[in-house]
Amino acid sequence: MGLKQKLHTLKEKYKGKKMAPAFNALHTFLYSPNETTHGGTHVKAVDDLKRTMNTVIMALVPCLIFGIFNAGYQHYAAIDPLLRAAPWDNFLTWDNFILGCWTVLPLVIVSYGVGLAVEFIFAVIKGHEVEEGYLVTGMLVPLIVPIDIPLWMLSIAVIFGVVIGKEVFGGTGMNILNPALTIRAFLFFAYPTWMSGDKVWVHGAVERAGTPDAISGETILGSYAQNQEVIYSLWDMFWGFIPGSVGETSKVLIVVGALFLIFTKIGSWRIIFSTVAGALAMGAIFNLVVDSGIVTEASKFYGLMSVPFWQHLIIGSILFGAVYMATDPVTASQTNKGKWIYGFLIGFISIMIRVFNPAYPEGVFLAILLMNVFAPTIDHYVLQGNIKRRMKRLKVKNA
Amino acid sequence: MGLLSKKDSKLILDPLADNNPITIQVLGICSALAITAQLKASIVMAVSVLFVLGLGNVVISLMRNIIPSKIRIIVQLVVVAALVIVVDQVLKAYAYSLSKELSVFIGLIITNCIIMGRFEAFALGNGPWRSFLDGIGNALGYGVILIIVGFFRELLGSGTLLGFPVLGDPIEKTGLYSIGYENNGFMLLSPMALIVVGIIIWVQRSRNSALIEEN
Repeated sequence: MGLKQKLHTLKEKYKGKKMAPAFNALHTFLYSPNETTHGGTHVKAVDDLKRTMNTVIMALVPCLIFGIFNAGYQHYAAIDPLLRAAPWDNFLTWDNFILGCWTVLPLVIVSYGVGLAVEFIFAVIKGHEVEEGYLVTGMLVPLIVPIDIPLWMLSIAVIFGVVIGKEVFGGTGMNILNPALTIRAFLFFAYPTWMSGDKVWVHGAVERAGTPDAISGETILGSYAQNQEVIYSLWDMFWGFIPGSVGETSKVLIVVGALFLIFTKIGSWRIIFSTVAGALAMGAIFNLVVDSGIVTEASKFYGLMSVPFWQHLIIGSILFGAVYMATDPVTASQTNKGKWIYGFLIGFISIMIRVFNPAYPEGVFLAILLMNVFAPTIDHYVLQGNIKRRMKRLKVKNA
Repeated sequence: MGLLSKKDSKLILDPLADNNPITIQVLGICSALAITAQLKASIVMAVSVLFVLGLGNVVISLMRNIIPSKIRIIVQLVVVAALVIVVDQVLKAYAYSLSKELSVFIGLIITNCIIMGRFEAFALGNGPWRSFLDGIGNALGYGVILIIVGFFRELLGSGTLLGFPVLGDPIEKTGLYSIGYENNGFMLLSPMALIVVGIIIWVQRSRNSALIEEN
């Protein structure tokens, strides 16, 4: 008797019992179930929730693998800066991979383990099927945290994010805020010393602070904000050989993921493009302000304001946010026009926070959470506008 | 409660749970968010409101037949203001540092919706003894929530309770801190107070489904 059959009998045995959802979930997660629909309704496409989620995870895997190598690379490059001279030769090495696995995989395991445990517990309490909603969140979480975040902090944040961000609203599909970003926001406000600053982005930097082996190096956004020379080239930022949250550094892989999501019609291209447009627009406005001489070098905003507008896309995590976070179909706007407004404002506000608030060097997650809250409002007005327009047309026709 | 009749004891016990001013009526949220970062401040606030609401209800109830209804809000405000000033002065005299900490929020008891709410809803229509019990009951219901929220926020946010370091010293790395524990800074921010109140509401309603509103 194979595992599938065993799970099936277990499922039958526990039918109607308290633990049924847990077995059910395990069964449908590992295999496609034996039950088929017998009624007259047949859905031809197989794009169920699980397929959608798996597509997003597939789009995220390159970022994760790159993040594993980058974790090792940043660590060794911080010890021996000469490595940075030839990133291509020193990037895909076993040393990097092993160290990366050692640091990144625990984050993935904790994120999935804790998150799915919470989902299972809630499913058993509520007595409904386990929802797949955590599959993507669990993959996103390790990609958007600093490499050295203590695992117990991550677990607490995951519990908080899943319970307060999702389950209290009724589970997958009912949440107002993106759970992965709720988790990040919780970490950011609860343990700021682990989430921001110039030390947290490279493995081992926190422990070595103050010793002769200390790793120094301002973050890219920090350097811009203080009008300092940035030590990373633009190509490094584009390919991703820079310190940062685990999965968001490689812009080229994010673009590949974005194309994949757009091609499979899982991610909304309207949101992705409008977010990028919003970021570019805000960047361009700041450039204009600098060019016109209103803001001079004496201003503390000069450094970030004078960054050429297109460079904002390869600094920080705006692209990652646009492709994987803003497009979350549950928390984004639903109407097509609403998606344009929603995305544009995310980009716009992200860059605004980035420039104006040095305490929140990366405003992308705050901007997305803010727009998550406003998404239903945007939809409401788009719908109302549409209804009004059609009423008018009807009246003109009848008149 | 042998002292009180069944009806009277209901006045005190109801606001403690099933008709709690914060978790059921959702009044007085502002102060519950603002001053609960520390347990001590929460307790002082709870006691202050107990004093103001208990006495204020009696005063309003005694005057209820001579207050012209057109100016009753002004009269109520004068009564609260007088009582709040008494509390404020007492705190300044005997607990100056605490009064500094609570700063404007003692003064803002005047605007606490629970107080005006009880004056309007109860004291204007009931005798002094029953009004007194109602005031005490509501103030206790408010205080209980404040103390619960304050307990968790101080414990998890600062690692102390009433100022005593119960989890060890975060700088010397003793107690829990020696194994890598850190204080949760989010707990000290007001949004977390709102979330804690929300969790209390959640727990309360899931234990007593009669409280869940139909919509």
